[in-house]
Amino acid sequence: MNKLNKFFVSLAPHFEKGGKYERWYPLYEATDSFLFGCSATTKTAPHVRDSIDLKRIMITVIIALIPCVVMGLWNTGYQANLALEQLGLSAPPGWRGQVMQLIGSDSSSIISNFAHGALYFLPIYFVTLIVGSIWELLFNIIRGHEMSEAFLVTSLLFALTLPPTIPLWQVALGISFGVVFAKEVFGGVGKNFMNPALASRAFLFFAYPAQITGDTVWVGVDGITAATPLAQLAHATPGQALQQLQVTWFQSFIGTIPGSIGETSALACLIGAAILLITRIASWRVMSAMTIGALACSITLFLIGSSTNPMYEIPPHYHLVLGGFAFGLVFMATDPVSSAHTAIGQWMYGILIGVLSILIRVANPAFPEGVMLAILIGNVFAPLFDYFVIQANIKRRMLRHG
Amino acid sequence: MGHYIDIIFRSIFLENMPLSFFLGMCTFLAISKQVKSAIGLGAAVLVIQIITTPINNFILNTVLKPGALSWLGQPNLDLTFLGLLTYIAIIAAVVQILEMVLDRFMPSLYNTLGIFLPLLTVNCAIFGATLFMVERDYTFGESVAYGFGAGGGFFLAVVALAGIRERLEYADPPAGLKGLGITFITTGLMAMAFMGLAGMEL
Repeated sequence: MNKLNKFFVSLAPHFEKGGKYERWYPLYEATDSFLFGCSATTKTAPHVRDSIDLKRIMITVIIALIPCVVMGLWNTGYQANLALEQLGLSAPPGWRGQVMQLIGSDSSSIISNFAHGALYFLPIYFVTLIVGSIWELLFNIIRGHEMSEAFLVTSLLFALTLPPTIPLWQVALGISFGVVFAKEVFGGVGKNFMNPALASRAFLFFAYPAQITGDTVWVGVDGITAATPLAQLAHATPGQALQQLQVTWFQSFIGTIPGSIGETSALACLIGAAILLITRIASWRVMSAMTIGALACSITLFLIGSSTNPMYEIPPHYHLVLGGFAFGLVFMATDPVSSAHTAIGQWMYGILIGVLSILIRVANPAFPEGVMLAILIGNVFAPLFDYFVIQANIKRRMLRHG
Repeated sequence: MGHYIDIIFRSIFLENMPLSFFLGMCTFLAISKQVKSAIGLGAAVLVIQIITTPINNFILNTVLKPGALSWLGQPNLDLTFLGLLTYIAIIAAVVQILEMVLDRFMPSLYNTLGIFLPLLTVNCAIFGATLFMVERDYTFGESVAYGFGAGGGFFLAVVALAGIRERLEYADPPAGLKGLGITFITTGLMAMAFMGLAGMEL
């Protein structure tokens, strides 16, 4: 390691200003600080002394995502193994089958579940990382920016919101759209107004609905239809929605239900939320406002009831654990860049997202997954909330101080 | 009552003029640099929509439609071919009056809107609302609701875009995309977010 460090230090002059490979500095800087950390300090005032910087924020978010990744890996494999047992097969077809034949597919074995899940998750994640990094690198080299760790979070978030069976070329297309059009054209991280991971997912959702919604995409075995609980509820007979639901509340809390890779487990998201709140990375205002908004909206709809729409019958506590609500609440809505920046603005932003996510979910039979779209709409209106809060503040101070 | 609320809700959120139909783009993109002037423009469009859509509906039903002139003793007359001409004239007249009112009472807003105020005459969002009203055969009450919803949708969209653009003051787009280019991309992203509301049934 020491030798490698020396090698990198010896390389530095080539990449710094006036060096031969000056253009490639972002790549050098990213590799160097990824491997060895950053020792650069400010040389002129003002100096800010704070333990927190962008790198540390992003790494904390990644640590908070680990429970979701672990649960996602296990559950994806578990669902696939269950499906295989249901069909009486020993291994899935294709290259995954050849690997799984070595390990053996067994839904009660933790190792088998993890391995099977990894066979689905890792290709998606690596394609996201590679394609996204290429775009990031291209923009940074041409524009002379430094690489930002934010992409590590974006790529992981994006990979976790996809169904396991999504074609890899769509993954590449989606992340390209998100990185280029939702982030880099605005000048990189901190300057965008929309969450790039969500923009990528929404782009895929509208462009290729067949591969990202429906009953056959959630479990990676052909011939098995496994609807997500929300889809089951949407197609249930009105009046008996809960009786026809095939999962219990506890199951969806733990996360052993079909769904996108990382979003099924509310428990894992809760652990992530605890990490983010204790380290004060995520805004507790956004999280609580979104929960309050969702609860208020779901209680209202539950009490109103409907004779034709079974979604009205979902009790409020089910809404919180089904679908991507928990994941969106903890990791997507709290994105410090695209959410509102003022304290009161964050309350309004959270409540808007909470109400809309339940409303879209219940009132829109085509999009049972309303959380993602609600957060995007929240992103659109967040600057406006800030504007009005700031204007009110200016007005108040004018009155007080003249 | 529920029916009218449904029309308003639908035209504001689901069939948003700029974000779903991409109508009225020129003013939408031009007067959205600041929230303040965007609110002014949105309000102007809202007022014009509320007035012109019902007036056009009234004229359509009492003068233009086949048989509408029976109260003049002309039951076989069909004047719908004069439709486009009449609607444009009505809109132009209303815009002219609004312009005079703004000039007299709100000169600062009048100056910010500048050339775009008279251009509201040929704003496709306003004209589009009238044509949608004709196509969907709205009654007078429905056309009031629709005018309100179509104008309200424009108001909401242009103010939200202005909010985003004020924040994007700090953004650093590539040189070629500065100004309108980045605004087009922003509009596209907003439209994608609004697609989430499409198909909602309340």
